[in-house]
Parts: sequence; structure tokens; C-alpha cells
Amino acid sequence: MEPWLAILTGLLTACALYLVMCRNLVRIVLGTVLLAHAINLAVLTSGRLTRAIPPIAQGEGGVPETAANALPQALILTAIVISFGLLMSVLVLAVRLRRVLGTVDTDRFRAAEPPPDVAAAEDEHRRHEA
Amino acid sequence: MGNGTLETAAPTEARSRNRFRDGGRWMGFASAVPPALVAAWLLSLLPRVSEGRPVLWAVDWAPTLGVSLAFRIDGLALLFGLLVSGIGVVIMLYAGSYLKGHVHLGRFFLYMTAFMFSMLGLVLADDAVALFVFWELTTVTSFLLIGFTHTDPKSRRNALQALLLTGGGGLALLAGLLLMGLESGTLRLSAMDPVLIQGSALLPGIIVLVLLGCFTKSAQFPFHFWLPNAMSAPTPVSAYLHSATMVKAGIYLLARLSPTLGGDPLWVWSLTVAGALTAVIGAAWALRQTDLKQMLAWTTVMALGALTLLLAGSAPISLAAAMTFLVVHALYKATLFMVVGILDHEAGTRERDKLAGLARAMPLTAAAAVLAAFSMGGFPPFLGFIGKELKYEGALALVAAPGVAAFGLVLASAGMVAVAGMIAIDPFFGRQRKSVSARPHDPPKSMLAGPLLLAGLGLAFGLAPGVISGPLVQPAVTSVLGGPATVKLALWHGINLPLVLSIATFTLGVLFYIFRTPVVAGLNAFVGRLPMTGERAYDGWLAGLKALAAWQTRILQGGHLRVYMATTLGAVVALTLFTLFWADALALPAAGSPSLSILGVTVAVTAAAGAAIVVTTRSRLAAIGALGIVGTAVAVLFLMHGAVDVATTQFLVETLVVVLLAAALVRLPRLTQTPRRNRRARLRDGILSVGAGLTVTLVMLAVLAEPFDRRVTDFFEAAAWPEAFGRNIVNVILVDFRALDTFGEIAVVAVAGMGAYALLKGGMAVPKQPIESLILRTATRGLAALLAVFAVFMLLRGHNDPGGGFIAGLIAATGFTLLALAHGVGLARQALGGAPRIVALSGLGIALLSGLAGALAGGAPFEGLWLFLGGDPAAGDKGIPLSTVLVFDIGVFLVVVGSVLAIVFGLEEEA
Repeated sequence: MEPWLAILTGLLTACALYLVMCRNLVRIVLGTVLLAHAINLAVLTSGRLTRAIPPIAQGEGGVPETAANALPQALILTAIVISFGLLMSVLVLAVRLRRVLGTVDTDRFRAAEPPPDVAAAEDEHRRHEA
Repeated sequence: MGNGTLETAAPTEARSRNRFRDGGRWMGFASAVPPALVAAWLLSLLPRVSEGRPVLWAVDWAPTLGVSLAFRIDGLALLFGLLVSGIGVVIMLYAGSYLKGHVHLGRFFLYMTAFMFSMLGLVLADDAVALFVFWELTTVTSFLLIGFTHTDPKSRRNALQALLLTGGGGLALLAGLLLMGLESGTLRLSAMDPVLIQGSALLPGIIVLVLLGCFTKSAQFPFHFWLPNAMSAPTPVSAYLHSATMVKAGIYLLARLSPTLGGDPLWVWSLTVAGALTAVIGAAWALRQTDLKQMLAWTTVMALGALTLLLAGSAPISLAAAMTFLVVHALYKATLFMVVGILDHEAGTRERDKLAGLARAMPLTAAAAVLAAFSMGGFPPFLGFIGKELKYEGALALVAAPGVAAFGLVLASAGMVAVAGMIAIDPFFGRQRKSVSARPHDPPKSMLAGPLLLAGLGLAFGLAPGVISGPLVQPAVTSVLGGPATVKLALWHGINLPLVLSIATFTLGVLFYIFRTPVVAGLNAFVGRLPMTGERAYDGWLAGLKALAAWQTRILQGGHLRVYMATTLGAVVALTLFTLFWADALALPAAGSPSLSILGVTVAVTAAAGAAIVVTTRSRLAAIGALGIVGTAVAVLFLMHGAVDVATTQFLVETLVVVLLAAALVRLPRLTQTPRRNRRARLRDGILSVGAGLTVTLVMLAVLAEPFDRRVTDFFEAAAWPEAFGRNIVNVILVDFRALDTFGEIAVVAVAGMGAYALLKGGMAVPKQPIESLILRTATRGLAALLAVFAVFMLLRGHNDPGGGFIAGLIAATGFTLLALAHGVGLARQALGGAPRIVALSGLGIALLSGLAGALAGGAPFEGLWLFLGGDPAAGDKGIPLSTVLVFDIGVFLVVVGSVLAIVFGLEEEA
């Protein structure tokens, strides 16, 4: 099953990154969600797969020989919650950006790096005020 | 009463203003104390060092790299240290009066003191890396001092020029020093073996790199032009940095490395040619100046050239000449700079043709100027005469072209004679001009003391050269030579070639002075025809650099987020693929993989189909739905492979993601409203992302082909029950083994919640109408309550069975979200009982406290503490367990609930 999941991970990654390079902030957000899935699958698969036996100790401490690898699961569990937190932040940020700038087109987010002509005009303006 | 208050207030105010005006002098006195103490300390070491026993002090800095903060005071270091600290005292006193009342006086003395200690560190350091650090510290502090008048654009430009040139040279020097360290196996300058370094194949590279550093710092041709530009600094700075100290750092290092690198033809010829050219250029350019300060700056260039030239040799006489001339130059040059500062200050100008006849009004200043000028011109019985005789003798003893070197020195020295006349005769004698300020007069004592003292020393040392030759010059020469040397200084050497050259110099110099007008005109005409000057080369280089920066910024940083993404992605993919091929790590799965499951493949295909829909759809609703499909399919995959906790978390998160996306996306424009990338960009991005996906698959196949290492998991499995009293390994890892990690992660979640709260707080708080559905509203109340109870159950059982703080938190958050959707945020807030952000922060605090409890009890932070109530060990029943681990999980629970709800409520209330 591992090679199949390796292929699925690649597919999810490709879809996610295509979305991340969009102009639309909403599609970028959707892309990050897909990317999180891809990464979690990658971690799970790298820890090798076993059939559905959860890693829970029986009796006085023994874990069944064939139980799943607990380590990647612990990593993924926190990763899921963290990427959920990230998604929440980015969504709020997008709503806020829409309110302030009136757009979610990243090509029009130019406050930090204005186009050369705009930057020059702003400099000129500042010089006049000084 | 009121009258009396006024009367006492007025003098106080006057006094305080007075103190402010006198603040300069007071600060000058205070700043002179540290250099005075250093000078006294160094003087106390003089007997010991001149006996050939250097003072050592070292402390490890980066021991694994062999770097230490090592200092070693030998004759050379002591000579330079005394110059730096001794002249430092004089300059600080002078500067206090010179800059009296300046707004940034405190800043000035801070920079000066910082510079002084950097310079001391530089000359005393024995470790190559420590030396470099101090070297760059002098570069930075001198940048601040040259640009001290930062409101003047020219001053800023000159400071930047000095910084770029000497800083760039410093980098080359670092490379050179490190190479020396590699070749000799030690970074201690005193321990580097000349045989190893001279025998190294890298020797030419080392020499070029080291010389780049020294030549830029000491303004050698072709980097000489920054020094006169640095005259935009206040005059005390020029008197200190550009006469006695910083520009001598390069000279110092040449002398310091002379035993190690000296003698190699490349070294000898570089020093000879650069030194001779610099000396002649310095003298010629000095004659052309009308500004006295510029004139002095160019004579400094000349002196630095002469010093470099002399250091090319390895004969004791050349080195003795260099060390003696070093002292001579420091004494007269600092004096003359200070005199020019006094003229500027008291007469209002430093233009040569505006100053004349000031000796009557400023007798003491004139005396200092004349004394220093005699030493500069090399007249007997001043120390300058001894210095000049030695220079000629030293030049004639050089290996490379001694005749040419001596001829160049004669020309340059003749220029010095003429310049000495222009500085000491022209401004002070003859008829006073009207352009000078009304009443020129001698400055206060603190400004005069320094110049008079230093100029007087120039005469005293000339009359009694033994005072400096034995204790100072001889140990320094011994250090540079790397072996014992005897230096005797005397005024009269008998009639020999140097004396003849001296007479020629005087004759030529006096002629230059008398015919100075035609000489200067001739020089100006010559310079006007030069095809290229250092200044223009620098400007061209700087313009080119800026154009290059603008070009690459336009390409790499054009302000388009997606271009950044594409660039980053392209680079990562290319490098990863390169590594995969390079390491020959490509692997394909063995044919007929046995573990293929029909169900698994079906789910995987479903996930892929969902992802494809997310990419292609133009509808927000379809995108949310498809994303839900992918998430659910991934959760099923987790479940199929024994990851019960993960699958549960994923299902819960998926539910909340759909709710949140729906809440947020209705507040955002339709997907079709934003223009798409053009066709070319889409094609490029498509290729890139397919490439990236393929790379990920290849990397994972390579990982899967490696043998699997289960050691960490084995440890967790074995230790979970006996040591951490938990059966659910995943949960035990989260809340016990790796609790510190988890704490960091819930802190991130809490920050996300806080950030969302802060961003949405300013929104228009128009409560959204809850959904109007009787069935939903009735069912929700019961369901929410049930979810809350279920959450507590999942929280408590988490340590032994699937569950835990994360899962319980998500369940509870889902319940409250339902409540908010059906009944409005108001009721949900009421049910929660407190602001979500407070809940999240309390959770973080509880988790932290439970972690600290473990540390307070004597264990590691976040180590669990356990208490079992009413157990019966005989029956194998441990009783009811209570533990800090459970408290920690409660903290996790609260953070998740609080943060998620902060955002859900915030978004729902957003208009």
C-alpha cells in the first residue's frame, strides 16, 4: 500500500502547490489545506503501514507485535491541530484583508513592495511634505 | 516669599545653563581618563616588554574552532598601544573644548571611546579572529565618526565610501587570516610557523588577501582616495583616526605579519610599488590643496606610503626607520590637525589663501605649528630629522629597486618641506587678511595643551633620541624582525649618502615652496589630463553595483507573491532532484507489492478526485465540499492503518474546517471575481507543481526503500505503561514523553486564536441572524450538551484509550459552534461562561503550571507526577490515578476550545 500512498501524496502536493501559486487568496488558502493533508500522509507512510491495529498496550504493558507505529501518529496529531490553527489564522487574515484592501487578489497586495513608479511618486510626496 | 523664590530660581537656571555650556570640557576631561589609565598601565609594562618578555592573556572563545580571545603585548603592540592611548588622552581633552555645546556631544565621546578600545584590541590581539573582529569594530566606529555630521549628504557619502572600502578589505583580510590559520594549524599569530606558510601553495593567495585588507585600511594606492574624503569628520576625529590610529592599522598588520609573510617577492614588490606610488601621489596632491585640512590628509597618505615602502624590507635599518617615522609622524600630524582645527575654530576658515599674519594674535598656536612643521619638514634637531635620515638609509637598504625607492622618498619629502611651509608660515606670518573673523585669539588651555605637548615632544625626542630608541623603537623592531636587533638613534651620522639626500631634499623643498604657485598650476594641469582617478572608479563601481542589485531585485522581488512562490518552489525542486540523482537514491517499489488493498486504493482515488475538483472548480461551495471529501478520505486512510486517534482528530477538524470555511467564504468574493493568471503563467505553474509532486513521490519511494529504524517507537512502547502509566502510546507521547513539544504546539494554537481575536475585534459587530429552523434549534441544545459531556469523557479516558485533550477540545468546540450557528453567538458565549481567549490563555497557563510542577518536584520540566488513591496492590489494582499529566491534558483541552471558538465567534460576528 505504501507506493500507492506515495503517489497520492505526490498528487495532493501537485494540486496544493498549483493552488498556492494562484492570484486569488482564497484558492491559496484551499491549497494550504491540501498541502497539510499531503504532508500528514507522507509522515504516516514514512513510518510504514500496518493493518488496523492501534498502538494501545494490552495487559501489563505489551503492545501487539503488529500494532501500528505510534510515533508518526503523535507527530501527525499535533500537525493536524497546528495546520488547523494556521488555516483559522489565514482565513481571518483574508477576511480582514478584504475589509481593508477591498480585494483578495494577491497581485494587488503591494503596500510593502509598491511598483517602482508608485514608490517613486510616494518618495516625491514625502520629500514635498518634509 | 514669592520674591525670594524667584531670586533663588534665577541663579540656578543660569548655573544649569552654564554647566550645559561647560559640559563639553567636563566630558572631555572624563573621556580622557580611560586612555590615560591605559597609557599608564602600558608604560608600567615597558621595562618587562623591552627585556623581551611579552605579556600574555587569553580566554577561550570558541574552543571547538580554536578561536580564543588572546592578547599578547610585545614591543610592536606596546608601541602602537602607547600611541593610541597617549594621543587619545590629548585628543579627548582637545575635543571637549572644540565641540563644546554640540548637541550630540555624548554620542561623540561614546563613538570616540568605542573606537579607541577597538583600536587597542586590534593592536594587542594575538588571535587572528579576535584581531579581525577588532579590525571591523574600528571600521564601524570610524564610519560613525566620519558620518558624525549626518545631516550633510556629503559627509554620509564619505562615511559610506570609507565603510565599503575598508569593510570590503576587511573581508579579504579575514579570508587571508583564516587561510594562514589553516596552513599553519593555529590561529595564534605569534605561533604561526613562517616555514609552513612560506612553503604553502596558497601563499600568493594569502598575500593578496592580506594586502587587500591592509592597503584599503591604510589608504594605499589605488585605494588612497577615501582618506582625504574622510576629512568630513570633525577635526578631532581626523587628528586621531587619520593621523595616529586607524589608518595605521594596516601598517600595524603589515609589520605584525612581516616575520610570517615578509621576504616573499610578491610581498616585497607589492609593498615597494604601492608604497612608493602612494608616497609620491600623496605629496603631489597635498601641494594642490587650498584647504589646510585636505592638505594634511594628503600628507598622511604620503606618510602611509613611506611606511609601507619601508616595511617591504627586512633589513633592521628599514624597520627601525619605519618604527621611528611612525612616532615622528604621529606627533607632528596630530599637532598640525589640531592647529588647523584651532584656526578653523578661532579664525573662522581653513582656506590657505584667506589666512595670514595670525602669529601676533595667536602666538601659542603659531609656536605649536612651527615646532610641528620643523619636525614634518625634517629639520635638525627635531625627531623628524632623525626619522628622515633613517628613512633614506632604510630605503637604500631595500631589496627591490632601492635607488628608485630613495628617489621617490626624496621627491615626497621635498613636498613635505613645502607643505610644512604652507601650513606653518603662510597662515601665521605676513600681513593679516580682512576675511578672517574680527578678533582671532589663542584657544583655551585645554585645546592648546595637546598640540604644544606633542610638538614639544617632537623637539625633545630629537635632542634626546635615547629616550625612545632603547625602550620603544628597539623592542618594536625586534618584534617585526622576529629576532634581536639593536637600534641607536642619533642626530649626527657623519657625512654619508643619507645626509647628501637630506640636503637635496631641503633645497628641492625650499624651491617648491618659493615657486609654489607655478608648481601647483603645473600639477593641476597634469591631474586634469588623467584618464581615470580612484574617485571616479569608485563611483562607477558603486553605480554598477546598484544597477546589478536593481536588476536582480526586479527579477526576484517584483512584488508578486506567486512569483516568489514559483521561484522558491523551482529552486527546491531542482535542488532536491539534483540531490536524488547525485546520491543515486532513486528507488522503485518491488514489483507485485503484496499489501495492495482494494479498499485502500479506492479511498486514495477518491482523495485524488476530490483534490482535482478543488483545483478545477469555480464555485466556492463545490470547493468546500471537495475539500471535505479529501479530508474525510485521508481520515479513512488513517483509520485503516491503525491511527485511531489521528483519524478521530481528522474527522473532527474536517467538520470544523467546513463550518469555518463556509463562515469565512461568504464574506469573501466569489472565486470567479479575481482575475486568473494568464495562460503562460498557468502552464508554468502547472509544470512546476507537477514536477514538485513527482519529486515528493520520488523522495518518498527513496525513503521507503531504506531499511526501517523502529528504535524510538520501541522505546515508547516499552516505557509507556511501566513508566508513564498509560496504555494509549500516542497520547502518552503527547502529554508525557514529548510534553514540552506539545506545550509549544498549543502555544501556537493559542497565538492563532489571539491573533484572530485581535484582527477581528475592530469589525462592525452586527450580530448575524441565526439560522431559522425549529428542528435545528431544538435538536442543537440537546446535542451540544451531549457533546460537552462526551468531550469530558474523551478527555479522561485519553491516557489509556483513544481520546485525549486535542480530541476532547475539538468535540467541545464543535458543540459550541453548533450552538452559535443555531442560536446565535450570544447564547454560545453565555454557555461558555467566559471570553474564548481567556479560556485559551487559562489552558496555556494550566499546562505550564503542570509542567513546572514536575520540575519543582526535582524532575525534569513536564515530567509527570502521579498519585494513586485507594489502590490495592495485591489485587493488581492501582486505584484511581491522579497526575500532573492529566492536568496538562486539561490545559491542552482548554487551549483548543478557546482558540477555535475565538475564531468561530469572531467570524460569525463579522459583518
